[in-house]
Amino acid sequence: MNVPDDLLYTKSHEWIRREGDNIRVGITDHAQAELTDVVFVELPKVGASVEAKAPVAVVESVKAASDIYAPVKGTVVEANNALTNNPALINSDPFGEGWIFALKIDNADDLKNLQSAAAYKNQIET
Amino acid sequence: MVPFGGWLMPVQYSSIVDEHQTVRNAVGMFDISHMGQFIVSGNGARDWLNAMLTNNVAKLDVGQGQYTFLLNDNGGVIDDLILYRIGEAEFLLVVNASKIEEDFAWLERHLKEVQPPDRSGGLETAAPPQLTNRSADFGGVAIQGPRVVDLFHALLGPDVGIPGRNYIRDFTIAEMPVSIARTGYTGEDGVEVFFRASDASKFWNLILERGARFGVKPCGLGARDTLRLEMCYPLNGSDLSADHNPIEAGLGFFVDLEKPNFTGREKLLETKANGARERLIAFKMNGKGPPPRPHYSLINNGRRVGEISSGTLSPSLNIGIGMGYVSSASAKIGTALEVQIRGQKFPATIEKRPLYKKQS
Repeated sequence: MNVPDDLLYTKSHEWIRREGDNIRVGITDHAQAELTDVVFVELPKVGASVEAKAPVAVVESVKAASDIYAPVKGTVVEANNALTNNPALINSDPFGEGWIFALKIDNADDLKNLQSAAAYKNQIET
Repeated sequence: MVPFGGWLMPVQYSSIVDEHQTVRNAVGMFDISHMGQFIVSGNGARDWLNAMLTNNVAKLDVGQGQYTFLLNDNGGVIDDLILYRIGEAEFLLVVNASKIEEDFAWLERHLKEVQPPDRSGGLETAAPPQLTNRSADFGGVAIQGPRVVDLFHALLGPDVGIPGRNYIRDFTIAEMPVSIARTGYTGEDGVEVFFRASDASKFWNLILERGARFGVKPCGLGARDTLRLEMCYPLNGSDLSADHNPIEAGLGFFVDLEKPNFTGREKLLETKANGARERLIAFKMNGKGPPPRPHYSLINNGRRVGEISSGTLSPSLNIGIGMGYVSSASAKIGTALEVQIRGQKFPATIEKRPLYKKQS
């Protein structure tokens, strides 16, 4: 299972890429493999303020609907509209074209609560 | 893996959509070992089953099966099952895994009410039938898809006939005694095969190996659900329950009201005479959107008229589909509905069953 070393991770299977004051968020390769066949994504509204661990998006596979959580407190600055027409990008390229939203974070210190690639690998392998 | 009827079963092996397309285009194999098998035998078996079940047992030839219902006294569905007549006076009931105990207890209780034969008049009367639960003795697979006959000819020889639709027959495959029934839950040509539980993994592996050139793949509960829902085959516990009777579910075809007596008959006649309060309808979403799922509200003209009992994204049609009970006034084909999903409303239309028709 692909777990890129340069990303941070949540226990709920989101990945986080630091981009200055912003973070970009998607779901991991492991999560997409468990869900399979993503058929619908409900995106957050750009401009919305979100609390850490609040549900902000929904990824639906044929199997189930799964909430996607904000990793930290912040404001939604981008949503990946490409997923509206092609939700399967989450399956084909979870760490790239399949990103879901970007947040401007309130406090960079909050990122300390997220886990490293090594810790996430350990989580999904045990 | 998910718990299902007391068993741990895979939702998917590769992916639901991939397995679904495999069954529509080639052939897929489902583990159905969880399903229950009862045997009812004896001279009184036929008449007794005819009083317990909705369909007409008297119509069955030896070797033939029929879809039928076990109802409670209110006409509500305890279980839907397939009844096979496997001998002159011997019957096989294939029942849902989650209902094995309830079905068996119900049948056993009613069997005790059968009058002991009256020998005083010297008349020859039938002994009460024997009922046995053989669920633990049998494993089973459903092999479904357009290549199923090719696969069985490869296994049994090109000249061996596969049983006709709804018929069951015994065969020996690789020294394993098996019963093959031409039936299924997918809308494709297919069979359900039952064998000794101890032969289960041997049979499963044999089909994967010998079926490889026909494209056989193992399929899980996820694809089983999308395939049956495209055909509008009901799932007990979702589309069927003790709260609704088969007339309300639109399955009156499997109820013979001409039979003089069977459990639930009076209630069904009442529904027939007075009209159903609610009906099970099938619908398609009008456009792209989130897949409809069980318990979402169904709305007609701004009023909540019912809720979804089964819903999914149809892999064949690539659109949301489902079934649900709605008040009879809102149950006509063509009625515009809305499905409420996370506070938003998405348009849908009531459609004729089945929702998917094979292109021939």
